[in-house]
Amino acid sequence: MRLKKSAQPQANVKMKSDHKFITLERIFKNGFVNFGRNIWLAIAAIAMMGITLTILLFAVVANATFSHTIADITSHIDVSVYLKDDVSEEQRANLIGNLKGIENVQAVAYISKEQALKNYRAQNINNKELQAAISETDNPLPASLVVSPKDPNKLETIKEYLDKPEITALQSDPTSYSGDRKAAIDKIAKATDFFRQAGIVGIIIFIVISMLIIFNTIRMTIFNRRDELVIMRLLGATPGYIRGPFIVETMLYGVVAAAISLAICGALFAVASSTLQASALGLLDIKYSGEYFKNNLWLILTTQMLAGIIIGAASSAFAARRYLKLK
Amino acid sequence: MILLDRVTKTYGRNEPALERVSLHVEPKEFVIIVGQSGAGKSTLFKLLTREEKPTSGKIIVGGMDYDKLRDKDIPLLRRKIGVVFQDFKLLPARNVYENVAFALEIAGLPTTEIKHTVPKVLDVVGLKGKEKNYPRELSGGERQRVAIARAIVRQPKILIADEPTGNLDLKHAWDVIKVLEKINQFGTTVLLTTHNQEIVNYLKRRVVTIKDGKIISDRAVGKYKL
Repeated sequence: MRLKKSAQPQANVKMKSDHKFITLERIFKNGFVNFGRNIWLAIAAIAMMGITLTILLFAVVANATFSHTIADITSHIDVSVYLKDDVSEEQRANLIGNLKGIENVQAVAYISKEQALKNYRAQNINNKELQAAISETDNPLPASLVVSPKDPNKLETIKEYLDKPEITALQSDPTSYSGDRKAAIDKIAKATDFFRQAGIVGIIIFIVISMLIIFNTIRMTIFNRRDELVIMRLLGATPGYIRGPFIVETMLYGVVAAAISLAICGALFAVASSTLQASALGLLDIKYSGEYFKNNLWLILTTQMLAGIIIGAASSAFAARRYLKLK
Repeated sequence: MILLDRVTKTYGRNEPALERVSLHVEPKEFVIIVGQSGAGKSTLFKLLTREEKPTSGKIIVGGMDYDKLRDKDIPLLRRKIGVVFQDFKLLPARNVYENVAFALEIAGLPTTEIKHTVPKVLDVVGLKGKEKNYPRELSGGERQRVAIARAIVRQPKILIADEPTGNLDLKHAWDVIKVLEKINQFGTTVLLTTHNQEIVNYLKRRVVTIKDGKIISDRAVGKYKL
């Protein structure tokens, strides 16, 4: 008798966990069956969710592309210090040493007069007259130091140093800050911020719309199947067992919508990067977008599916709560 | 098994649908509840399945005190009571086997056990060989027997049948009544409502008569009288 008593609860626990697993399995199975049955009703919801996820995906890719473009341009910003011909090697070494001591300086490169001439010739290789003119005279180009900053937005400390009178005395020409580019970069950064914000607003609007459509779809399904739901209730189904399949069903909407959205975007990027040349759209480097998409395919797929599942589950849970009176 | 103590149910400001109804049903009893439509039979059933709460009074079924019942206990309560309705309430998209299995699926029984149990119950109600048929392919009597099979497949201690013969012609009604008698012989308490005089008189069981929400007679071997 004692033995039996101790054995009993254990058996009960096992039954209970088995029972839970079977119930969960049935909820999923019923969700899949209902998905199949309601596919025509679900199409609007899936389409809407597909659009939402596509916009989400475009926003992510566009964001990455803009960031890439900006990083690309800013990495080319540098400060050129042109040196007078009579600057001694010692003075130059001093100057380089001091510049390297400034916090924001990443590297300092020295370009000699000869190197400068070579570069200039290479840049103007097609201009025969200029080539001839240069070779006839002495080398008119100054030697220079190319300072690469760590942060191109904080050139002040470098500028401050270079503007000291004893330093300007060594310079043949005013310092060049790639100034025009800086303004352009600021504009791009501003545009990016704007697009980012507009993207977020757009995404929110579309998420709300697709949630409303899913909400309505579930409401109609509940209405269509109210007899069945009443029977389930009277036969002693728990609220979770009745609601569960609806939530599974809309999670499937999310999965299908994500798959469709990804297929469409994949095709678009493939076509775009093969027909449009890189930077054909100026700011939007389509080739980079395509590559980013390809390289992060799994991450994007997971994000899309998760977003779809969350949107679906949230809206159907709300609809089921609202329209399934389970007393 | 079933105990109602001075139960009153009032909907809104209307006259009470049930007024101070007290009823005691022993285990394994077969009780027929007789009354015209509107007398309060359906309300009584809804109280027993906890679709409605009584306005006042006490209900105890199978040892469960309804006052102490929490919302999450209601599904468990309903699994312990078999119910049969006048309009069958079968799922049209499922065949006979699936309709009966449905009750066990809800209760979370393993599929192997369901496969084992359902054919036995279909045999009891005389529907062997009809497993694959859909409700629309069956006669009214057969449909009601599917509903009974579904109600008893979980082996409830109590079976309540609300006008199960109401939509059936006499021949089919008899089939249903005979199945109910058989189930009662197996030891299930049966509560049956009907207004079919022939059936009541044939069964020679306890008859409780309800009129205007009150019990007006309760006879151990009753006859139909209204």
